[in-house]
Amino acid sequence: MASKYSNITVQGYRRENGRVGVRNHVIILPVDDISNAACEAVANNVKGTMAIPHAYGRLQFGEDLDVHFRTIIGTGANPNVAAVVVIGIEPGWTKKIADGIRLTGKPVAEFSIEQKGDFETIRAASWAAKDFVHHATELQREECSMNELWISTKCGESDTTTGLGSCPTVGNMYDKLLPEGITGFFGETSEITGAEHICKERAVDAEVGERWYKMWKAYQDDVIFAHQTDDLSDSQPTKGNIEGGLTTIEEKALGNLEKIGRTSRYIDILEPAEAPGKGAGLYFMDSSSAAAECVTLMAAGGAVIHTFPTGQGNVVGNPIVPVIKITANPRTVRTMAEHVDVDVSGILRRDQTIDEAGDALIEMIRRTANGRNTAAEALGHREFSMTKLYRSA
Amino acid sequence: MPQTKPVPNEIPQLLVHEAADNVGVVVVEGLTAGTDMLCCITHDNSTFRLTAKDDVPIGHKIALADLRTGDTAVKYGEDIGKIIADVGQGKHVHTHNCKTKRW
Repeated sequence: MASKYSNITVQGYRRENGRVGVRNHVIILPVDDISNAACEAVANNVKGTMAIPHAYGRLQFGEDLDVHFRTIIGTGANPNVAAVVVIGIEPGWTKKIADGIRLTGKPVAEFSIEQKGDFETIRAASWAAKDFVHHATELQREECSMNELWISTKCGESDTTTGLGSCPTVGNMYDKLLPEGITGFFGETSEITGAEHICKERAVDAEVGERWYKMWKAYQDDVIFAHQTDDLSDSQPTKGNIEGGLTTIEEKALGNLEKIGRTSRYIDILEPAEAPGKGAGLYFMDSSSAAAECVTLMAAGGAVIHTFPTGQGNVVGNPIVPVIKITANPRTVRTMAEHVDVDVSGILRRDQTIDEAGDALIEMIRRTANGRNTAAEALGHREFSMTKLYRSA
Repeated sequence: MPQTKPVPNEIPQLLVHEAADNVGVVVVEGLTAGTDMLCCITHDNSTFRLTAKDDVPIGHKIALADLRTGDTAVKYGEDIGKIIADVGQGKHVHTHNCKTKRW
């Protein structure tokens, strides 16, 4: 049934594989930590490109290596990226990553450093990067349905106001847009602890709920109980959460889950950085609750806009995905206004309803998709944090 | 559920998620002991009044009734932990008198 959210259009970039992006980045992507310098040199040579340095990619193995590959390939494959230069120390993994990104049909060029050195690699990669900038800058935005967007969420520096205001605002957005056909992501496995009985019930059916619970329980057993001190190792709730008034992990989890609204149901469980495979709908991604790690994983899964409720004022951004900050905390609005995209503090004053706040967020998503830079983009927040499952070999 | 805006122009000092809750959240800065708070249950926008018995920072919780050691703290209509030290109505509820039941 058509609603007032059915026909909203945005000016996006239609990529070769049909996905809609809202940014048009040319990125210089290192396979591994020791290729960061060459990538940064190329980005310095060629204006309009962006290097995405990171800390890992050597001597990883097994599931940890799988997450690494998915994250790097998914970042390059994201529809917010027009073209990619991949640089690695050796040709094998470099080709694997470049070929993974090439499945989208977008331009990809790969370079490896061994037997050439940084100078020659940077020279050759700079030529490719320059060609990609010419290509990308001639691409035009075109009219797309807002409901083609993949929109993720994760909250940070939560306090009691996130459960009252900013998280329900995101939940209201999902309740309105998921029925229209958007693809949504939520996650933060550790942060569901305390509300796992509720989260399990929010699956589309019992089979999905059981798979979710098994994933959550495995995290509890393999990570928390294997490494715990006296609670969630003094990190859930965080010091910032406690300062903001959150007392227990249950209280934090109940506020967190407000982000999936009242009627939304998740249809599948994703591995970290895995792309959704069951069509439009809401997905739970097994992910860290640390802001930069989680946003990085969801971007690699294909999200093109991230909605980020905060209470005490998390400042995180992402290199390729605009992160929209929403807060209901009037003190945060007063002291950290430069980080806030959507002020929903009216909910606490009772002069704004959750329904109105949800509409305000949808409007900000529309404007952001059309090109409005978020606060995090304007402030240069480009946190890209790889998830590491265990020690390298 | 459709929400209606409350009539009074007065801004509430304390918000409560559900009628079943026994704690509420301070939503204004600089709340001082003795304040006659306007309290609002967000679920249905009903209101009541309660006197704060502590200076409580924004975002922190206040007991809606006298709570005894061993009681369950209820917020969102759900169990959020146990009371570990008696706390009087209107007093500050936080890590000094409330703790998860999990660990």
